[in-house]
Amino acid sequence: MASIAIIDYGMGNLHSIAKALEHVAGKTRVIVSSEHAEILAADRVVFPGVGAIRDCIDELKKTGLDDVVRQVAADRPLLCVCLGLQALLDESEENQGTHCLGIVPGKAVHFRKELKDPDSGARLKIPHMGWNQVQQLHVHPMWRDIPNGSRFYFVHSYYAVPANADDIAATTPYGADFASVLAHDNVFAAQFHPEKSQHAGLQLLENFVGWNGEP
Amino acid sequence: MGLAKRIIPCLDVDAGRVVKGVQFVDIRDAGDPVEIARRYDEQGADELTFLDITASSDQRATMVHVVEQVAGEVFIPLTVGGGIREVADIRRMLNAGADKVGINTAAVFNPEFVKEAAERFGSQCIVVAIDAKQVSGSGEPKRWEIFTHGGRKPTGIDAVEWAQRMVAYGAGEILLTSMDRDGTRDGFDLELTRAVSAAVDVPVIASGGVGNLEHLAEGVTLGCADAVLAASIFHFGEYTVGEAKQYMAAQGIEVRL
Repeated sequence: MASIAIIDYGMGNLHSIAKALEHVAGKTRVIVSSEHAEILAADRVVFPGVGAIRDCIDELKKTGLDDVVRQVAADRPLLCVCLGLQALLDESEENQGTHCLGIVPGKAVHFRKELKDPDSGARLKIPHMGWNQVQQLHVHPMWRDIPNGSRFYFVHSYYAVPANADDIAATTPYGADFASVLAHDNVFAAQFHPEKSQHAGLQLLENFVGWNGEP
Repeated sequence: MGLAKRIIPCLDVDAGRVVKGVQFVDIRDAGDPVEIARRYDEQGADELTFLDITASSDQRATMVHVVEQVAGEVFIPLTVGGGIREVADIRRMLNAGADKVGINTAAVFNPEFVKEAAERFGSQCIVVAIDAKQVSGSGEPKRWEIFTHGGRKPTGIDAVEWAQRMVAYGAGEILLTSMDRDGTRDGFDLELTRAVSAAVDVPVIASGGVGNLEHLAEGVTLGCADAVLAASIFHFGEYTVGEAKQYMAAQGIEVRL
C-alpha cells in the first residue's frame, strides 16, 4: 500500500498536516514518524516545521533525521512546509545566522523593518500572517486544479532567497514579490501552510498524493 | 493586491454549546459548535476563534473534544482561548488540533508565561488577548486599561503599553477587545484599535461591538486592524461571512473571496 510519512522531529504540532493529508489521501496510508526506517520505507515524505530555525536544525541533527531528509530529497517526492522550506537552504539569518541543510542553494532572510505596501504605502505587519496570493511561475503537476493567484495561509517572518531563480515555482507580494514556493526536481517546498489553506490547500495536498516527483 | 484582511467568526463556548452574551451577561444559546464551525468554513471564514467562557476544569475536556472534531474537517486556522494558564493547557489544545492559543488573564498575572509559551511553541501560535476599557474622562487624552475576568477586574495597566510589552515577550498576534463595546452592537472602539495597531508590529484583531457590516469595514479602514472578529451578527443569521466579505470588497478592502 502506498504511504506518506510526515517527519516528526519534535518541532511543533503535526496534527493539522496529518489530518489534512488523511482527508485527501484515499487509500494512501499517512504516518507520522521519527523512525528512519519507517520514513525511508514511505513512497512520499512531508517535511513540516514551525518555530525557530536553530532548534529545528539542532533537532534534525540530534535525531539523525537531517540525513533522512537529504536522502528523500534525492530520491522521492518530498513536500516541505514553512520552516521545512527554509531548512532546505544553505543558511538563515534567523538566530544570528544558522547553517541549514544545503539541499537547495540560497538563504532565508528577514522581512525588513518598516515594510510598506508599494501601492498604498500602508505599513505591513511582521509576521506576514494571513491569506495571500500565490502566483505560479510555470506549469507543475502540483498546481493541478489550483487557479493561478489562489490565496493560501501564511505565517512567517523569514523568507527564502534561492540562489537559482529557476528554483522559484511561485511568488507572493509582501512589500515586494518573494519566493513563496520552491520546486527543485522531486522537491516541492511551500512557505504557506497547505493544511490550513482550505480548498486550495487540500487540492495541493491531493496533488502531492498523486505526484510521481517529475516536475 | 496582496495580503487579505481576515474575517474571524468567534464562538463563545459554554458546556459544549455556542453562546453569546451581551456585555458578558444575558447569555443566549446559538447552537452546536461543530455545526457552526462547519457553516462558517463553507461561508469562507478566514479563521475561527473558540473562547471557552466557563473554563472550569471539567469543561476543559469538552472544549478539547470540540476542537478535535472541528480540526478533523475544517482546514483553516483555529484559535482557542479561555483558561489557558500553563504550558500543559497549550499543548493539550495544539494536540487537539488548534493552531494558536489565546492567553489573557494568565498573561496579566504572569507575563513570563507568554515568553515561556512563545519560546516553547513559537510566536506564531501565541495570541495575547487584551480586554481593554476606556478609563479617561471626557476632555482628557484617551486612555485604556486592561481588565481581567471577563471585564470585571481592573488592573491599572495601560492597554497600549501592555500590547507592546506582550509583543516584546513573543506574542505573534494581539486580539483586542473593547469591553465598553462588547455586545453593544455599536461598532468597534476605533480609537483604541488604531492606537494599539500603530504601537505594535504584529497583526491586531479588532473585537467587540460589531452590529453590522459597516462596522467590520471600519475596523480595517479607520481602526487599522489586520483582522476583524465578530460573533452575534453571524450566529443569528443576520449576515453570512460571504456577505461580509462582499461588503468589505466593495469598500475597496482586500479580502479572500
